[in-house]
Amino acid sequence: MSQLEIKDLHVSIGDKSIVKGLSLTVRSGEVHAIMGPNGTGKSTLAKAIAGHPSYTITSGDVLLDGKSVLPMQPDERARAGLFLAFQYPSEIPGVSIANFLRAAIQARLGEGEELDATGYYKRLYSKMDLLQIDRKFTSRAINDGFSGGEKKRCEILQMAMLEPKFALMDETDSGLDIDALRIVADGVNALRSTNLGVLMITHYQRLLGYIVPDHVHVMWDGRIVKSGDKSLALELEAKGYDWVKNELIPA
Amino acid sequence: MSDVTDTESLSAPIADTVDNPVSGIDQTAGNFSYKMDYEFDAGTGLSEKTVRYISTVKKEAPWILDFRLAALKQFYAKPMPTHWATKDLENINFDKIRYYLSSGQKPKRTWDEVPDDIKKTFERLGIPEHERKFLAGVEAQFDSEAAYSNIKDIVSKQGVIFVNSTEGLREHPEIFRKFFGKVIPTGDNKFSALNSAVFSGGSFIYVPKGVKVAQPLQAYFRINAENFGQFERTLIIADEGAEVVYMEGCTAPKFSTSTLHSAVVELVALKGAKIQYITVQNWANNVFNLVTKRGVAHEEAEIKWIDCNIGSRLTMKYPGVILKGRKARGEVISIALANDGQHQDTGAKMIHAADETTSNIVAKSISVGQGRSTYRGVVHIPKHLKGCKNNTECDALLINSNSRTDTYPAITVRGERNSVQHEASVSKVSEEQIFYMQQRGLTEGQAMSLSVNGFINDLARQFPMEYSVELKRLIDLEMEGSVG
Repeated sequence: MSQLEIKDLHVSIGDKSIVKGLSLTVRSGEVHAIMGPNGTGKSTLAKAIAGHPSYTITSGDVLLDGKSVLPMQPDERARAGLFLAFQYPSEIPGVSIANFLRAAIQARLGEGEELDATGYYKRLYSKMDLLQIDRKFTSRAINDGFSGGEKKRCEILQMAMLEPKFALMDETDSGLDIDALRIVADGVNALRSTNLGVLMITHYQRLLGYIVPDHVHVMWDGRIVKSGDKSLALELEAKGYDWVKNELIPA
Repeated sequence: MSDVTDTESLSAPIADTVDNPVSGIDQTAGNFSYKMDYEFDAGTGLSEKTVRYISTVKKEAPWILDFRLAALKQFYAKPMPTHWATKDLENINFDKIRYYLSSGQKPKRTWDEVPDDIKKTFERLGIPEHERKFLAGVEAQFDSEAAYSNIKDIVSKQGVIFVNSTEGLREHPEIFRKFFGKVIPTGDNKFSALNSAVFSGGSFIYVPKGVKVAQPLQAYFRINAENFGQFERTLIIADEGAEVVYMEGCTAPKFSTSTLHSAVVELVALKGAKIQYITVQNWANNVFNLVTKRGVAHEEAEIKWIDCNIGSRLTMKYPGVILKGRKARGEVISIALANDGQHQDTGAKMIHAADETTSNIVAKSISVGQGRSTYRGVVHIPKHLKGCKNNTECDALLINSNSRTDTYPAITVRGERNSVQHEASVSKVSEEQIFYMQQRGLTEGQAMSLSVNGFINDLARQFPMEYSVELKRLIDLEMEGSVG
């Protein structure tokens, strides 16, 4: 049982304050959704937790099982069990998915430990079967020339292979048509387990129709202004963000 | 005579030579030197006396001494090419260099006969082991002369000659003299003139008609002494229909003063022959590496240079092919990695001199930090030829904003029946890419080396397996070291 605790977090880009005192705790097995209009700081939150160098945490803390991740490099945070599914995954020309994942898994082994190649491919193929991904996919260079749907599936495959404690999913539904959305959602659902906590960031309710959250939080201007269960997402969908603006924000 | 000096602390992880698939091109493993008492030493500085000393020690025929002395005059007469090349060349002090150091002129045929310290050097670099595993022959040069040179019986029985240039001149003058200095004339440039005056060591290879050497021949060049200049001279002749693959690796310990390596390499591929010449250069960062390499491809012959430059302070090297016979093919695959304090000035020359000749140049350079890489290319197709084709591709990858890359392609194509294609690209490893890879658990250094390996992946695949594995490992080492 693990716990990701975000405590009164403040994040800036340059001089601009974006996240302004956000607190949230996610436990293994839980799926939390953060919803909110564009520009409210959702993606900033995810990237800051992952340690992106352009984001400065000015105060507050992020604790993974009681230990602050803030002094850690992004790769240390990743190895400690944090996974960020990117909204816009980078392309790495010439590096195949299979080799990339192999390097990422090798990086998690102790010094002098060698990855067992046969075991690795066996596991890779079983995860691909689970996610209904064609075998040929992994010989392609990471995200290079991928469609929006392929990029997101590539993220989910990496998540499946790296088995994080917590996954931060940044606008995983953006840029997907309905078929691609269903495939990606099926993938995430297949990975849901008591060992994985998920923080899902989304602008639209439609993703939540496929990945049903345990908790829903509404974010506005760098803070969580309302929390509830999955019915909150439906209410928000029905009433729109104006409802948040007019009724949830103290004047 | 033998304290071993590790010029840098050995507490740094030393690559295990057993895991190292290719001999002697790893600077981490190569950074050590033995204190030697050299039996033959031409002293410091360059003069006619130096040249005469080298020639006498080698017991050379008079024509060779004359050749050397004429070359020395040309060397003196030629200015430094700083009107187009880097001013860093002016920092070479020819008076402070030692031009000839050896412990004898006759290489040993078995490792048992090689003096202990020299043997230890090459064992530490993993050479005897690789010879047993996958090479048809090895020549191991220690400073000025080959300490060891051997060719497997099965290959020598086919009539293949593989010796060093000193032996080649002495024992096979009829072949040597016919081709020597014909592809690269003494006065080609200041450094080819210098090499012609003081050359020592290097390989002489002759592959008879129709013989295809199955395994590669490897030469390994080691600089051991400080303030030393290594001037090997290599001549490879593939007779009609013959095929040979030659590989060379280079290292030197890191000294505080600079070292000069200035080789001349000439290849002759007669009708229908194929020569593939592979270099992985990983000199220490104080070595000026100024090398002239050129081949002549006769009718339907093929010459392919695979040239990887990772080490050195300054490398200037533009392997070339003169496409002399109809349907001859020339290819240069060039990979250069310039890290902080390094300038890789590399490229290719393709001189089309017959109909239906084709050439292909693929150059990829990586500049890291303050490292600088330059591509220079010449493609020449004169008007009277027809059916000639050239394809040139140069791609540069920049890592960190301070790095610099320049491309100077000189393409002269005349006539209407020839075709040429030129593509160039510059890309950058972005902060986003590094963050993406770090987010998957790779360190910054691992992330950079993965992007570099991805960048050269399509070229590295063309290498013999052992070299492509070693190249990847060298890049990993370089990138890990470059993270601030």
